[in-house]
Amino acid sequence: MSDRVIPAWSLTAEAATSIGIPAEWPDRVSREWAIGGATGEGIDVCILDSGVDGTHPLVGGVESAVAIVLDGDETIVVPDEVGDVCGHGTACAGIVRLLAPACRIHSVRVLGEGNTGSADLILGGLRHAIEQRFEVINLSLSTTKRKFAEMLHELADSAYFNGTVLVASAHNMPVESYPWRFSSVISVGSHEGTDSLEWYANPNPPVEFFARGIDLDVAWYGGSTLRATGNSFAAPHIAAVSALVLSKHPGLTPFQLKSVLYLTASNTGGIE
Amino acid sequence: MTDGSSYQGAAAAGMLASEESHRALLQSIVDVARGIFGAKASSIFLLDEETDELVFEAVSGEGEGDLIGMRIPSSTGIAGWVLVTGQPIVIDDLQQDPRFARQAAERTGYVPQGLMAVPLANADRLLGVLQVLDRSQERAFSLGEIDLLILFANQAAIGLDLLQTARRARVLAEQGEGGTAVVARLAALLERSDDTAALRLLEALEAVLKQL
Repeated sequence: MSDRVIPAWSLTAEAATSIGIPAEWPDRVSREWAIGGATGEGIDVCILDSGVDGTHPLVGGVESAVAIVLDGDETIVVPDEVGDVCGHGTACAGIVRLLAPACRIHSVRVLGEGNTGSADLILGGLRHAIEQRFEVINLSLSTTKRKFAEMLHELADSAYFNGTVLVASAHNMPVESYPWRFSSVISVGSHEGTDSLEWYANPNPPVEFFARGIDLDVAWYGGSTLRATGNSFAAPHIAAVSALVLSKHPGLTPFQLKSVLYLTASNTGGIE
Repeated sequence: MTDGSSYQGAAAAGMLASEESHRALLQSIVDVARGIFGAKASSIFLLDEETDELVFEAVSGEGEGDLIGMRIPSSTGIAGWVLVTGQPIVIDDLQQDPRFARQAAERTGYVPQGLMAVPLANADRLLGVLQVLDRSQERAFSLGEIDLLILFANQAAIGLDLLQTARRARVLAEQGEGGTAVVARLAALLERSDDTAALRLLEALEAVLKQL
């Protein structure tokens, strides 16, 4: 199909015979099939957040770290010399490392330049992360600035079609925020359980999944650990599970991955 | 700003409730938040968009009286993270965070063990952050507590929005030039005085203007 020059929004009879998609799906997609024995090896997970302290023992190193900074009206990508400006990105990275120990963690810092340009930084960071073609991007953040919604939507869709999974924490405030509401994103809220591999599919979106988000011991700034709660900690659980699935079943599209998460959720009979 | 609706807005600005009454509203919100959660302190930060800083606007409990007006960066630390990302967060064992502990000690002399923080937003505008420090540990933490905090944050956001609107209107009334500012100042003067003679004079002016 790659030598076809016209846009692929139609399928000729000839082409229909040549687009067989090799996939060995079992009769029943189970947890064991999805993540049994998986470590996240070979998968690149990006933490788009406050930076990551790669020296924290619970993070165990980062593969790359950049910061998005303002240069006039533009955002530019620079090597991150600062690290974590809050502790939160380190917490998310620690959760991913715990569940998917062999994945490669990348940090894209979008905080620390003030609030005024913050939505530009998030947008610039997301664009950069998508360009790097990381398999999984964790977004434990959102913006309420409506003028960025359309651009975020386009970015989320391009990620979806280019094989990058965006996992975003849902926003339980009574304001519209983005990008977690988009259907091309996997949105995650919290449940009250204490099992890191307990997740639920929500029959009433826009929040699509619930994962562990309360009373977690997380890595934090300065090598410390804290006990923390928030949807922003639920998202990295699903990001890590996504890395596990993708490491065991490379090449699944975001659409297929979301289906696997659904079929293996704790409330859909996914645990045998 | 010279059309009729601006004059009406200016007149309304002159009659706005005082800075003190809005402060009392915010103080009441942090007092009640503290009471509901059995917390040692609660505070509201307002985002100063001009300087891009968070400013202590109301404090209940530890630090009350000393912290009002104190400024912190808008996108670092836990309050900054909450503001920029829009995500509520609850953290315990805060004393383990060396930077937080040092900064809290320098600013307030009080290093809390735990903190709940939630963004304050109205429509698509971020206004600030509501914090509850050292909530009671007597009951187990649940998602219901975050829901309760968010309900409070809505109330605080409305209070903060009113306060900011009133401040902007007051600046317009006190420092502006031209017809709009004159109308605003006139309305403010009338609001503060019981001078019926002045009111009668204005009524006469109104009658004259209607004739034009």
